[in-house]
Amino acid sequence: MIAPDLKPSRIDWITLALYYFLVIVGLLCVYASVFKETNPNIWDTSQNYGRQLIWIAISSFLGLMILLIDEKFFFAFAYPIYTISVLLLIAVLLAGTTVKGSSSWIEIGSFRMQPAEFAKFGTALALARFLSGYNVDFEKDKKIQWISAAIILAPMTIILFQNETGSTLVFTSFIFVLYREGLPGWILFAGFMLIVLSILALLIQPLYIIIALVVLASLFLYFVRRTNQLIAITVGAIVLAGLMVSSIDYVFENVMQAHQRTRINVLLGKEVDIKGAGYNVQQSKIAIGSGGFWGKGFLQGTQNKFRFVPEQSTDFIFCTVGEEFGFMGSVLFVTVYIYLLYRLLMMAERQRHKFNRIYGYSVVSILFFHFLINVGMTLGIMPVIGIPLPFISYGGSALLSFTILLFIFIRLDANRVNELRNFS
Amino acid sequence: MNSSSKPKILLIIFIGVALVYISRLFYLQVVDSSYVFYAQNNVLQEQTIYPARGLIYDRNGELLVYNDAIYDLSVIPDQIKNLDTIEFCKVLNISKEEFIATFARLKRQKGYSRWKPIVFQRQITIPTYAAFQEKLFDFQGFFVEVRTDRKYKHSNAAHVMGYIGEVTEKDIDKSDGYYRMGDFIGISGVERIYEKDLGGIKGTRYVLVDSKNRTQGRYKNGEFDTAAIAGKDIHLSINQELQALGEALLQNKTGSVVAIEPRTGEVLALVSSPSYDPNLMVGRERGNRYMELLKDPSKPLFNRPISAPYPPGSIFKIIVGLMGQQEKVLSPNTTYGCNHGYLFVGCHPHGSPLALRGAIAVSCNAYFCQVYRSIVNNPKYKHVEDAYTEFYKHAYSFGMGHALGIDLFGEGAGVLKPATYFDKIYGRHRWQALTTISMGIGQGELGITPLQMANATAAIANRGYFYTPHIVKKINHRANPNPKYTTKNWTTIDTSYFSVMIDGMHDVIENGTARIAKIPGIEVCGKTGTAQNPHGKDHSIFFAFAPKTNPKIAIAVVVENSGFGATWAAPIASLMMEQYLTGKHDTRKALLERMLNGNLNHRNDSARFKTK
Repeated sequence: MIAPDLKPSRIDWITLALYYFLVIVGLLCVYASVFKETNPNIWDTSQNYGRQLIWIAISSFLGLMILLIDEKFFFAFAYPIYTISVLLLIAVLLAGTTVKGSSSWIEIGSFRMQPAEFAKFGTALALARFLSGYNVDFEKDKKIQWISAAIILAPMTIILFQNETGSTLVFTSFIFVLYREGLPGWILFAGFMLIVLSILALLIQPLYIIIALVVLASLFLYFVRRTNQLIAITVGAIVLAGLMVSSIDYVFENVMQAHQRTRINVLLGKEVDIKGAGYNVQQSKIAIGSGGFWGKGFLQGTQNKFRFVPEQSTDFIFCTVGEEFGFMGSVLFVTVYIYLLYRLLMMAERQRHKFNRIYGYSVVSILFFHFLINVGMTLGIMPVIGIPLPFISYGGSALLSFTILLFIFIRLDANRVNELRNFS
Repeated sequence: MNSSSKPKILLIIFIGVALVYISRLFYLQVVDSSYVFYAQNNVLQEQTIYPARGLIYDRNGELLVYNDAIYDLSVIPDQIKNLDTIEFCKVLNISKEEFIATFARLKRQKGYSRWKPIVFQRQITIPTYAAFQEKLFDFQGFFVEVRTDRKYKHSNAAHVMGYIGEVTEKDIDKSDGYYRMGDFIGISGVERIYEKDLGGIKGTRYVLVDSKNRTQGRYKNGEFDTAAIAGKDIHLSINQELQALGEALLQNKTGSVVAIEPRTGEVLALVSSPSYDPNLMVGRERGNRYMELLKDPSKPLFNRPISAPYPPGSIFKIIVGLMGQQEKVLSPNTTYGCNHGYLFVGCHPHGSPLALRGAIAVSCNAYFCQVYRSIVNNPKYKHVEDAYTEFYKHAYSFGMGHALGIDLFGEGAGVLKPATYFDKIYGRHRWQALTTISMGIGQGELGITPLQMANATAAIANRGYFYTPHIVKKINHRANPNPKYTTKNWTTIDTSYFSVMIDGMHDVIENGTARIAKIPGIEVCGKTGTAQNPHGKDHSIFFAFAPKTNPKIAIAVVVENSGFGATWAAPIASLMMEQYLTGKHDTRKALLERMLNGNLNHRNDSARFKTK
């Protein structure tokens, strides 16, 4: 099973470097968020940062293992891995440990893991395997489309029943993958816009949304080849969206019943608002905002250090970046993150094998979704949905699964030249 | 769109998001300098604004329940800094051990978080509040929250209004996090059923507090604050004067009164005796008082009028007479003879034979046993079960055998057995009218709550229909929006059959068994009942409505273990109807005095001990 012909030169070292850059930034942030002057020892495994360091070591080892495995392994074992992860989800639903209201954890001794994390790459593998099959035409074959949807919806439904709204929503990111494989663009666009606009319209002033829409539409028209038809469609869509945004508040308040409103508020994460997450968001904004242009400097944050930001080393980790490294640091961070996504996108596109490409797209989509929600939440422009920031947030289960997710793709990518040979 | 433009579009989305986030960061970190200020030595404190609970009025707008301010000492554990524990304990007048114990208890509470405010001590006294307020800046992390508790103007209608208390863990789970430990919630009565209306919606205020615990002002000018929404006021359909009179008349007796306005189904009075003063269920002692009431052997917490079933006794004869006519086995001219009873059912001496109207006036047992027999043994139906099922359906249509749906918690269904029940006991087709003959006179397998009695009276007064009885007339100064309370429920008896029964009920008052209930100048229709009680003395029962044309009030009275219907229940009903219709209840002084002073509980106690 060990890959006989893996040459180090074929590994995408830039991606690997970006991965380690983010993981180390994450470790520093976790360190800063629990840092006490009296106990500066970073090797202290009783502290979050000490444990995170151990997880980084374990992840690196696992990453290395993945790079050494024959790449055909992932193709061959895509379905078994998917099946196991779905079975684990069911097991956890029936006999899981409840943490903070969601019954999604499996406890083995002192080790706690969340199978939902592993279901992400399980689903990515299964979807890639299925759609790369011989004579499979996603674009035209209705049956193929339904089966693809089922592969995604099965784990998604189970996770929803585990009361894990965040992880459930992550699976919606597979729509980008399907889009790449032939889902008409307007479905993606319309569906995406509908969701985003509905959420936004309930959270912020409709006028701001309309301004943002016009800006985005201009950007879009700037980048693509403009035809009169495209311009007309775009303008029409903006007008429709504007109307929708302006009316959704009315529909929400006057047409919907109280219990429906509550349910939507729960979905939006507004339900935690009453529980005090509104407070978290305000604290998070203070922490980030007080960072200023240059930041307060590493370990100099006050809001983080005094723990005014709850959940700070997990979901609100970006606060530490904002407070201690300021606007410059934050911009650098966002740029690096988006660059990683860009790099992975380009890597996915250069694959000759459909399996590799689809898997690559899954990785990009999942990482992007996490980034979008998590950072947006700390900035107060996305609903509070508790999902981690990949590679940065504290948590072994998450770091491990994101590492596996990414390294499988790096491994697949390292064989792209071999494929050329195989296919010709 | 070809597939080569797809990655480009995704890339545009990525860059778009990055740009949005960077501009947001620019705004937060560079443009808006206020966050730097907030972060300097300031602490953001989230305070809850408790809404005023809705007030409760009676049907004429008289205030019954209002709010009283109380002060809770709250703390955000994470914000405690340099606390002088000794000084703190001195101000609060607690020992250091208590202080430590309280913190240990708070930490075990569900939903505890060091970042969230939690009540440290509930309902501190005004002097403590004043002393604390002076030293507030020494006690960083602590602050006082103002809340309201209930106050009751009268000591009446405890069972109707119910009471509020602290939420349980179950309430917190069910509310999806809205309620916090220590919040008040309606626990029984109107307070419980209308919690959503009365409770209002809590608000939140973000306040900046400096290192000396001094409020520095509002965070972002209150932009993120949400105002509390006050609870809605409620008007009960209860008439406070009538309710108070009913409670006075039933004092030292065990029983119930339910009075309904037939035209609307509004409950005018709902008396449960023995009762308790609702002001007992207020304040820090609420829990202890509740336990005392719970242990009281006279069961003051038991809401008799809506949950206790009694055999209706002779008042059920009116329903049987209506059924007989509807089933066409009885006409107003049908006569039956009575020789001191019918088979093993006895009867008192009166003229014989009698037609329907006369039989009601003297409450002839034999007559209604005959009617019951002809209903259940009706040859029109092949089997006894089918005929009995008709009987069952008629009784059910008057609201018997099921909860009516009043807006109070804990309503009972009463007892009304379906045919299958007798099949199980006697075997299929192996029973008949004579097997269950005592049901013809309201005994046997029948149990009716006072609410169901009053409701049946209202249906008779309306000649065939009733509105579901309800306690709340208006919410927020508008009619109760529940459509259940504005829908006519038709009984299975045709309107034309009611006249003769109502005439008979009028005779009962004019020259029958309940002459004592006569009110000068008003045509009253009623029927006495004496329910046999295997556990002691018979229950005295009476139901009536008045005036005969265009009835304004329908009433049912049950006085437990007190004998004939005419002895206690009828006079009490009469005095209450007089009060409601004329505004006076003291025209018959001797009767009023006798009712007010009658002490039956003493006697019952000894009877109760005897039967043990």
